Formats: sequence, structure tokens, C-alpha cells
Amino acid sequence: MPATRDGFGQLLHAEWTKLRTVRGWTIGLLVAVFLTIGIGLLGPAGSQSSCSHADGSSGSCTAQSPPKRADGLEVTDEKTFVHRTLSGDGSITARLTALSGVYPAGGGSPDGDQGLVPGLLPWSKAGVLVKDGTAAGSAYAAVLATGTHGVRMQYDYTGDLAGLPGTVGAAAPRWLRLTREGDVLTGYDSADGSTWARIGSTRLSGLPRDLEVGVFATSPDYAVIKNSFGGSSVNTGPSLATGTFDRVTVSGQSPGAWTVPAEGPGAPGGPGGPANAPGPRSGPGNGTGPGSDKPGSHPGAVATGADAFIVTGSGDIAPASAGVGSGKTVESALAGTFAGLIAVIVVAALTMTSEYRRGLIRTSLAASPRRGRLLAAKAVVLGGTAFVVGLIAAAAAVPAVTAVEHSKGMYVFHASTQDEIRMVVGTAALLAVAAVLALGVATIVRRGAAAVAAVIVVIVVPYVLATASVLPAGAAEWLTRVTPAAAFAVQQTSKPWAQVVAVYTPSNGYYPLSPWLGLAVLALYAAGAYALAHRLLKRRDA
Amino acid sequence: MNPTSPASPASSPPPSAAIAVQGLRKRYGATAALDGMTFTVAPGTVTGFVGPNGAGKSTTMRVILGLDTPDEGRALIGGVPYARLRRPLSHVGALLDAAALQPARSARNHLLWLAHSQGLGAKRVDEVVEHSGLGAAIGRKAGGYSLGMRQRLGIAAAMLGDPPVLLLDEPFNGLDPEGIVWIRGYLKTLAAEGRAVLVSSHLMGELEGCADHLVVVGRGRVIADTPVAELIARSSGGRVVLRTPARAEAATALAALGGTVAVTGPDTLTVDGLGTEEVVRALNAGAVPFSEISAHRATLEEAYMDLTRDAVEFRAARPASDIASPSGEVA
Repeated sequence: MPATRDGFGQLLHAEWTKLRTVRGWTIGLLVAVFLTIGIGLLGPAGSQSSCSHADGSSGSCTAQSPPKRADGLEVTDEKTFVHRTLSGDGSITARLTALSGVYPAGGGSPDGDQGLVPGLLPWSKAGVLVKDGTAAGSAYAAVLATGTHGVRMQYDYTGDLAGLPGTVGAAAPRWLRLTREGDVLTGYDSADGSTWARIGSTRLSGLPRDLEVGVFATSPDYAVIKNSFGGSSVNTGPSLATGTFDRVTVSGQSPGAWTVPAEGPGAPGGPGGPANAPGPRSGPGNGTGPGSDKPGSHPGAVATGADAFIVTGSGDIAPASAGVGSGKTVESALAGTFAGLIAVIVVAALTMTSEYRRGLIRTSLAASPRRGRLLAAKAVVLGGTAFVVGLIAAAAAVPAVTAVEHSKGMYVFHASTQDEIRMVVGTAALLAVAAVLALGVATIVRRGAAAVAAVIVVIVVPYVLATASVLPAGAAEWLTRVTPAAAFAVQQTSKPWAQVVAVYTPSNGYYPLSPWLGLAVLALYAAGAYALAHRLLKRRDA
Repeated sequence: MNPTSPASPASSPPPSAAIAVQGLRKRYGATAALDGMTFTVAPGTVTGFVGPNGAGKSTTMRVILGLDTPDEGRALIGGVPYARLRRPLSHVGALLDAAALQPARSARNHLLWLAHSQGLGAKRVDEVVEHSGLGAAIGRKAGGYSLGMRQRLGIAAAMLGDPPVLLLDEPFNGLDPEGIVWIRGYLKTLAAEGRAVLVSSHLMGELEGCADHLVVVGRGRVIADTPVAELIARSSGGRVVLRTPARAEAATALAALGGTVAVTGPDTLTVDGLGTEEVVRALNAGAVPFSEISAHRATLEEAYMDLTRDAVEFRAARPASDIASPSGEVA
């Protein structure tokens, strides 16, 4: 190691020599790697899934892959769509005069109220839709009214722009329009059909000449979350939304006639319905549908005139939420991080406390009288080593665990390469910063057991409590916001979507803080401990 | 005593002092660990730093090394505070606590990280190991070392930077007789090379034949700061031991010349106040027969006991406030 001008390189060299020449510490760091990978593997390796098939038999099952957007993002694409073909440029306009719905008030739980009650969910939706064919996952744009979020223009599953606020009613109809010019789709809304406001536009590259245009309705599952100590339980059941449209007009070349999905007690989602959802749905949804014969009690549509339809749908056109149903998130491969972290904390703390215990700190300080630099050298060496340990562990665990998950027939949610790199590098950074935190605490308390216990209590314990479904969601979110355990957010690749209601809790892999902000919380604790350690080390007699 | 050092121990003025300790005071609660500690260590000497346990020797050494901060006073290495030294181990080598080792680390790796901290390489480690007498044991874990081996390792560590100043706190502890002889010889060699060596001990006898200069401390301050040769001479006090068959005649003749004569055996007398030659002349003049005459030479241990007895008497005779004043030095 080259000596820097002020000799800091020599200190780094000395600290590295110290670290690598105690076999127990080297072993501890290897254990960190193996624990991280091993515990990650335990999850899928220990789980056996079996499915009851429709014919009454049971056996192993392969999780069905949810529909995907062109780039691999898992989506939900269930709706009732009254459509016809539009060739080339053109537009669709419709007036939505009513939007109503029913939902299972008990969340469809076996012990809850199984009856459907009238009402809309926040993201129940109906409106005009332009779509690249009817296959689930295909590109689209829509202008739609919602239960409580007003008119929106949504496109390509993740795009979501706000239009007119307020709810739809006979006295307050909504005029909705989508125009297509080449790849560009532009959404408009109007309260009276004469004054139009542009909501926004989007470019869906690679659209074919022929698109399906029309009106649709859909309504997401309704979930009832019970929070208690001992965790949260979630009951989910399908809901229905019914949109009443008139003055439906398509301009441009539109050969053929309307395709109107028949209403009936079929699968509530119709084609591409909930059977394709990433997870099994509890409640009386699958196969039977809410049991009533009134109009609007089954998915489907009826034409009530040449340009008027009543459309009832269930499901959603939105991104799928990873981790909430079955299916694995990529970051589940790093479930063993906390165990590797404990090993790193122990080694990091002991490198300092053992010097105090043996009186070796005097030798170190006599060799480096500028004490701040000694602490800095230790922090760099420990942090750097922990970073490499984390990088190796995470980079090995992700492909290894994912391979086992695939071999067990589990579905692993897509994550962008960028997010995967951030997750792996972030895990390495988490270990590195935690090592510096442990060094700081160890320097402050000068006792190995006390330092290790303190750091585990502030970072590992909150993480386990928050993610093991032990605490109510509110407490879990608080812990992962204010304690160093917030740093585990750096592993999250699944995104919470504003336009999708789901249980975005730490136990499902959703942290309250963004990845880097979560890491920053840990860094703040580490910086505080380091600053105090620095001050005490400089002031105290050795 | 045999001061073989080429440099004259007492002649170095403070500015050229390798170590200058100036008026150190430090309290731990109600206890004054250091109470005006002041002395210097000259190059080319082995300076014994002697006093009972708790006299402030270790605290002083920690202050010199910048490990403890004094309430008052300062300690300088070649005129510079330790904390300002770059590559400090090439200025000062220190052995404070031979047990201060990571037990799971091999002795050689202990020396290696220390060498790396000073920008030194494995080659220098091999050099000091060669002089340490540890041999093949250097590759073993330090946790399995005996105290004597740890002392040798600690001295090897102190020599890594080839420093002109050495501080050794109780290096004789745990050494077998062979080790004590080795370390005495080693320290004398180091001083002969022009280095300043400060070596503490609570047993004066350990320094016999090795220290050129003594700083005797008690209760955090210096009781005596003197070349060993002078101290021995003073304790010997010009005493002459005489063996004679004619005890009474000899006593009468010597007393007539002003000597103080004490009978110490059937045929031995001890004479104070007369030199050997005066005694011989007086006995020849009086034709008193004698079989043996020799100048009594006090051991370092005796000299030390004389000194500390004085100090105790001094303390008993003076109020505590006087003891605390800097002018209350005793010699």
C-alpha cells in the first residue's frame, strides 16, 4: 500500500494487517457471507407449495406468471372492455353518466361479512380506452373516472395524470376523450361536452396501425387489514364497478362492429381475469362471482342503445404489487442479510474493544498519536471490508436464491437491472455503514458485549420486528423510519403505486423511506456515533 | 557500579535532553498521581526510573507518550511534544505493558502491523526479531507467550523504528535470571550507541550494573536525580572495612585521627571519616598489624534504601504543604 503524503496510507495498511491477522475475525467475515446466502436459501428451499386443482386433485403447482408489460413489469390487466377496431389516427369520445359499484365489506373473509355492499373503491374506474389489442399486458392509454380520485388519464400501467376532480353522477357527468395521432395519445375531459381540457399525452412507441378502442370498467380487490400485535391479517375479495356510458363515438376509420362481452356468471374478470393474477385470491371471487342476477352484479356489458353501454367490470389495469400476493421479490434472496450483518457487527466491534481489553489501544495510539486519524483508518478498513463482504454475499445470494425459487416453481418478480445493482450495492453499503456504527459504539462503550448488543438492538431487532409480521403496520413503519433498520429499504425493488391500493408494509417488503433515504438514516446514526467516538477518543486518557 | 557509557551522564543541559519532563501534575479524584514531576533524560545514558509502585512512573511514561494528558506541565521528546512526531516509533520506542497483545495474533504479525503503521516493511521486522532472541517462537500466537517472551517481544517492538529514545516500563518483570542479564547488556549497548534509555523499575537491584543515572520518585515527584556513581559514593560514605587481630589498638589509633570506628565482628572494624590511605598510614605509624583493608562499596540497593529512608524522614518532618511546593526537592 503506497504511503500517502501524510502517512494515512500507512495507518490503513496497519489496520488492514491487524484485521486480517486474527483468524477469528477472518472467519467471522466469511461466516457473514455464508449466513447471508444460507438464510436466503432457507426460505425457498424449505417451502413446498401444493395446489388444489379445479378437478379436485391436488399436487405441486407452478405459480402462473402474471401478465407483463413489454419491458417485463408485472401488471394486472383485468377489465370489461367494449371495443372496436380503430385503424390509423382517430379518437374516441364518451359521456359517463354514472359510476357505481359493490364491494365485499368484510373483505371476503370466511369469518367476515360475505355480502356485497354498494359503493365504490377509491380506484374503481370506468372510461374510454385505446389498447394495442386485447391481450393482457399490451400497451394502452385510458381516460377514466374513479371512485374518489376524479378523472385520470392513465397509460402503459404506470402513467397516471389527474384531470377533473369530483365524482360522477347524473348531475355531474364526465365527457372523456382520447385521440390517437401516430404513437401519440392525448387525453381530454369535459363537464359539458363542449369545453374540453387537455389532461396530457403520452407516446406509446411501436403501436400498430390497428388498435382496439372503446369503453371499459373495472374495480380492484377490496382488502380488509386487521392490525394487531402478532401481525396483520389481510382478507381480500373482488369488487365490481359499473359505468353507464352514452354518446360513445369513434372518429376515424373504424370498420366492424362493437364487441360487447356478455354479462353472466362467468369468471368475474372475463378474459384475462383474476385467474391470471399473481396470487391466489381469497374470498368468493374465483369462478363463481358475486351471487346475484341483478344487472351490475356480474362482469360484462350490455348495449342500451346504438351508442350507449352499461359496462360492469372487476379487476384493474395497473402495475401488480410484488410481495403482496404469492410470488417472490428479488430482494427476498437477501433475507439473510440481517444474519450476515450480526457477524459483521461482532467483528467490527471486537476489533476496537479487544484493543481496550488488552491495553493494545496504547500501542496503537503511540504508533499513531493523531487519534482522529487512527479512528478514521479503522473506519475505512472496517467499512471497506464490510462493503466487500456485503457485495460478495449479495451478488452470490441473488442468483443462487432466485435459481432455487425458480426450481420450486415460484414466480420471481421482475426488477430492473438498475434496481438489482442498487439492491446489491446497497446491501454492501448497509454492511459497511453498520460496521462504522459498530466501531463508533465500540469506541464509546469500550466493552465488546455491550457494543455488540447495543448495535444489534438498534438495527437488527427493529428490522426483525418490523418485517416478521410481529408488529402492527404502523409500528413497523415507524421502526423502519426512525431506527437504523430503515437502511433495509435499500434492498426494496418492488414499488408502491399511488394508483394501486395494497398492503405496502415492511412485512411485505415495502419500506416507508426511499432506498437511499433509508440508508441515509443509518448513515446518520453511524455519523453520530463516529463523531462522539472521535471526541471521546481524543479527550480520554488511553 | 560500572558506568561505561561514553557520554557523561550529568553534563547534558536540558535543551539537548532526549526526554524533558517539566512540572507534570495530574490528579485522579483526590489522589495526586503526579505532583510536579520534573526530570530530563540525556542521550547515551541508561536512566533508571525508580520508585515504589504507585509513585507515578507509569503515569509519567504515558504522559511522555501522549497517552495521558497532564493537568499541568509538559513532556517533550527532543524538544517536541510526542503528539507532533511524524512516524513516532522512529523517535521513541516504548514498552509499556508487555501483556498488551492480541492473543490470537502471532507475535510476528504484531510486529508487522506496527511496522506498517510507520511505513516499515517485513524486512525490518525480521531484523528486530533476530535481536529479540525469540527465534522460531515468533510465528506462534502471542497468547501462548510467557511473560518473559512478551517482554522480549515488547522490546523488539520498541526497536522497530530504530529510535534514539527508549522508554521501558518494568521490562525486568517476569524475566528469568538469564533474561535479566540479557536485558541489562542490551540496554547498555543501546546507550553506548548514543540512545537515551529510560527504564523504570520498582526494584533497584534490577538496575544494578546497568543504569548510569537514577531518577528516584515517590508520590508523584522526584526524590533524587543523580548519577549512579555519585549516589554509590555518597552511600559508601568513605567507609573503610578493616580486618585486624589488634582491634583495640587499631580503634585507638584511628579515633585519634578523627575517624569514627565501629566494631562489626571479632576481628573487623568499620571506619567512617577516614580514607583508605589515611587508615593505612595511621596503622603503619602505630605498628598495628592488619590482615585486610578495603573501601566499603554500597550496593545500589543500599543507596536506594538510604535515599528513600531520607525521603520518608523528610516527609515526616515537614508539613504536607511544603512537600507539595516545587522547592521541596530532596537529594
